[in-house]
Amino acid sequence: MALTSQDISRVANLARLELRPDETEHTLRQLNGFFALVEQMDAVNTEGVEPLAHPAAVLGQVALRLRDDVVTETNQREESQKSAPAVERGLFLVPKVIE
Amino acid sequence: MSHTDLHDLSVAQLAAKLAAREVSSVEVTQHFLGRIRQHDSLGAFLATDAEISLAQARAADARLAAGERTPLLGVPLAHKDIFVTRDFPTTAGSKMLENYRSPFDATVVARLGVSSGAGMVSLGKLNCDEFAMGSGNDNSAWKPVQNPWDTTRVPGGSSGGSAAAVAARLVPAATGTDTGGSIRQPAALTGITGIKPTYGRCSRYGMVAFASSLDQAGPMARSALDCALLLSSMAGPDPDRDSTSLDLPALDYATDLIAASAATTGTTPLKGLKIGLPTQFFGAGCSADVLKTVRGALAEFEKLGATLVDVSLPLTELSIPVYYVIAPAEASSNLSRFDGVRYGHRAAAYTDLTDMYKKSRSEGFGDEVTRRIMIGTYVLSHGYYDAYYLKAQKIRRLIAEDFQKAFAQCDIIAGPVSPTVAWKIGEKSDDPVANYLADIYTLSSSLAGLPGMSVPAGFGEGGMPVGLQLIGNYFKEAQLLGTAHQFQLATDWHLRRPTGI
Repeated sequence: MALTSQDISRVANLARLELRPDETEHTLRQLNGFFALVEQMDAVNTEGVEPLAHPAAVLGQVALRLRDDVVTETNQREESQKSAPAVERGLFLVPKVIE
Repeated sequence: MSHTDLHDLSVAQLAAKLAAREVSSVEVTQHFLGRIRQHDSLGAFLATDAEISLAQARAADARLAAGERTPLLGVPLAHKDIFVTRDFPTTAGSKMLENYRSPFDATVVARLGVSSGAGMVSLGKLNCDEFAMGSGNDNSAWKPVQNPWDTTRVPGGSSGGSAAAVAARLVPAATGTDTGGSIRQPAALTGITGIKPTYGRCSRYGMVAFASSLDQAGPMARSALDCALLLSSMAGPDPDRDSTSLDLPALDYATDLIAASAATTGTTPLKGLKIGLPTQFFGAGCSADVLKTVRGALAEFEKLGATLVDVSLPLTELSIPVYYVIAPAEASSNLSRFDGVRYGHRAAAYTDLTDMYKKSRSEGFGDEVTRRIMIGTYVLSHGYYDAYYLKAQKIRRLIAEDFQKAFAQCDIIAGPVSPTVAWKIGEKSDDPVANYLADIYTLSSSLAGLPGMSVPAGFGEGGMPVGLQLIGNYFKEAQLLGTAHQFQLATDWHLRRPTGI
């Protein structure tokens, strides 16, 4: 099943990416080449197989740890905002979203 | 010994000299900083800062002067630019993170470092493929890295800067990260030693995330012993920072190796070890020069007492589509954080918030990263999730189970790391699928989360290095390192050096 340029535009929008028209064509060709490779997966019978997320789960259950619900971080607002593109009075600035 | 020879010393040898106070950490650091400047054209480094490195060296010297004797104290290294660092900028090889400064150190960086860790001095940050996506280091947004063995060729990727720097003796050791082969493949292509531990062995805290269920940190150095020294400090649980880190303490990998080298000289130290050779790793897909070299190394293992047995990993070819569905899916999710708001690139002109996101991301990300975000977003989108992502995660389990069947017949699995030696810079740059296919021997063990190594095995076409891959069962890093160490006691491939460097 080949992708169309509409698919590319839809996916780019979902991913919040903007492709130039020539990039859309190029990306379409490359993604179709890639999905031809992915079709090999259809031939594998996976009925009743559980998906594997944490690789070590193959050996048995991997417990999700819980830590104590206590404050461990100190306030590092200034250091954290040092690399922000636009900051004012400790707040991240974005374009107006509510009229 | 003159200072010009310091770069020929191993991590273990440098540590011994430092401990004996024959040389200071400041002297060693200055020497390596000089080497880095001298070989800047290799493109291995993205950031250095002599003041910061020398301050760390003085701190290490103070600890040495106070009588502290720990295995890595005062020895320099450099970090792949995927690890966030307080003292140096972190870009992950991307324009998206130009000028980014992390407020904290990655756990691995802190554990190895001078202020609260093993006492290693950081010489700076090493070039890599953008967000660790690539196998030739030609996806770095800043500059390509040259292979010290032939500067017209790639060093492999994505830890290409780490590999080139170690091979060129600009650092005695480096950190790397491996998602689908990014430690093992560049190690193989530059003739050095690298180990990707079991998934979860080293904390992922502070590693710029690519594919969270695959990413794993590991050391790259010239020998298995040096890797063992580093891994002993890097590994271990990080319960408050990384929920997927394993609840297994780091082992003292190096002491066992040193004991083994004393005990077994002149005997058959690997007697009883069964090495499994997956038939799928030795087929037509692998070039003749690589196969010949790998078989030569395996013959050496037989001389050391090991037995070779055939095993089968029937889904090896499937590991390519499975990996290239799972890794981009996780990447598209991880990289959604780069929105031009809290950190990273923001476009200069835009109309509204959505337009700002789109322009910032499109300007900040390079082609391969964009491609993988597109693939990942598509396979996770409504109506396709089951057919792609879930299907891939199911086959992933089958791939992991095949390894367990193979390990019922052997202790370690061996084969090539890469189907070819290093290729020319630019040769594959616009053919993503060709690049993906070249990952075939490293992807399956990554998907299974198994530890894997690359060990220098000899030379192939054009006099370029070939790596032997050793794959161990879960948590068997010590066995892998021990096996590689015995091979390195009997051979000198890992001591060969590129000429003119």
